Amino acid sequence: MNQNKFPYRIFSLGDAAATIDFGNVIDQTINQEVISRFHQLKGKPFPGIIDIVPAYSSLTIHYDILKVRQHNPVTETAFETVKQLLEEKMKQPVSERRIEKRLIKIPVCYEAEFAPDLQQFISAKNISREELIALHTQKTYNVFMIGFLPGFAYMGEVDEKIAMPRKQQPNIVAAGSVGIAGKQTGIYPLISPGGWHIIGRTPLKLFDAGRTEPILLRAEDTVQFYSISKIEYEDY
Amino acid sequence: MRIIKAGIQDTIQDSGRYGNQHLGINPTGAMDKYEMQITNALVGNHAKEAVLEMHFPAATIMFSQSALIALGGADFSPTINGEPVPVLHPIIVNKNDILQFHKPIAGARVYLAVAGGISVKEWMNSRSTNLKAKVGGFNGRKLKKEDHILLRLAYPYPVTQKEFSVLPWKADIRVPSSFQNEEASHLFHILPGFEWNRLTTESKEQVTSHSFELSQQSDRMGYRLNNIPLTTTTNEEVISSAVSFGTIQLLPDGKLIILMADHQTTGGYPRVGHIISAHHSKLAQLKSGDKIQFRLTDQQNAEELYIKQQQHLLQLQNACTFRIKEYFKQLN
Repeated sequence: MNQNKFPYRIFSLGDAAATIDFGNVIDQTINQEVISRFHQLKGKPFPGIIDIVPAYSSLTIHYDILKVRQHNPVTETAFETVKQLLEEKMKQPVSERRIEKRLIKIPVCYEAEFAPDLQQFISAKNISREELIALHTQKTYNVFMIGFLPGFAYMGEVDEKIAMPRKQQPNIVAAGSVGIAGKQTGIYPLISPGGWHIIGRTPLKLFDAGRTEPILLRAEDTVQFYSISKIEYEDY
Repeated sequence: MRIIKAGIQDTIQDSGRYGNQHLGINPTGAMDKYEMQITNALVGNHAKEAVLEMHFPAATIMFSQSALIALGGADFSPTINGEPVPVLHPIIVNKNDILQFHKPIAGARVYLAVAGGISVKEWMNSRSTNLKAKVGGFNGRKLKKEDHILLRLAYPYPVTQKEFSVLPWKADIRVPSSFQNEEASHLFHILPGFEWNRLTTESKEQVTSHSFELSQQSDRMGYRLNNIPLTTTTNEEVISSAVSFGTIQLLPDGKLIILMADHQTTGGYPRVGHIISAHHSKLAQLKSGDKIQFRLTDQQNAEELYIKQQQHLLQLQNACTFRIKEYFKQLN
């Protein structure tokens, strides 16, 4: 381990990627460190970086083995080089970022037609539909990461009373579906197989290839859901 | 080019859409990048140029203009106007020539490259088709009958022959120094994944000594393996984190899945291992029912094999450029 404020270790993700891992935890301050480090690297990447992928508590750097070796001919492997370069970066403090905290309000229709798992969910949690909606909409959620599908935002954390482990059997989920898994909540941007409990659907497009910014939500955004009727959904 | 009969899953792919994985936008791209790049080299294209990737049964294609083309990757016994043509050779085709594929002989994915490349709009710096997001390539979907795919360049050479002609050189895809010890096509080197040590000793042993069959659920997203369920020493949940092409994940039912070109950017299943980059090409040419074995290796070996492969690719690219130049000089 290292002297860094946030203990981490670097491991290889195959032969062409390295992951800086801050532990197997969901924690907002760790996640902020991940995102700061993402911006640090994105702002000043070293030669050979192909992609940088921040997650809850890890940052992965995909790189081109040949380019890394061409620019750093001395070390044994490209991975060793990348590891050293990342360790140097980690020694530098991250510059203060002006975090543009956006609050995004997302309409959700919780009616049965859009919420295939709601009935089972509320009986398992022994709460009413109204309580579920109240609990899901009263909190603001932090977007920890975007991953899995284009624009899929992992948000948290939901109230303990509506936390539930993901389903055993995934099934096909419609675009816009709002789900809960563990203490996370999220929205499926596209039709996809999914294992989260679907409790509603938003008419918003989380992903739209035709938009200048195809992805609606960003890591660090704050999200609040509000309930709409079926008519409002259809007119949206 | 006009699709006169659709194949089962033919898409336009290039070397992938990178730089956007932090938005959840997965790279997609050709499954077999090595062969896709060789196919491009055969027609004098840049390695990253978009090509057609086809599975069997593959499309029947009519050329609407003269073109210099090449086929690489799988051998589906191709013919032009009914006459057999070889893979990995440049071929000059004329207007109205018809390319067909008859029988899968070897491999799972064939690439068709056309000199100058395919004219489809880029989306986020790539022409690759993302089937799930319905974007990129040809209207974000697989090719259908009557699709007309435009080429980016008119045929740059004089049309001299009435018949299509196969040019007399072939790309040898085998990497010289590696195939004597590099073993049979079914052996794959892996690096241990971050959660490798979650496997019990017996399961580790099983991974490295058993053979694994590709299940029917094997596609561009990933290959599910039919294996005796593996066991772990812990059930602690894995917080979602990045995955990559070649990542081998352990599913909740104890079975393995190897992530392929259309894999998602992040995942929450234990990553038991990763197939090394140098073996991605042969991995991409597997199909359901094929049997494979894994052998652990180290970073150094993985990188060396990859570098050898890339050096071979570079040599092929240079040789192809030279041969094309010489050939057409002599024609003029």
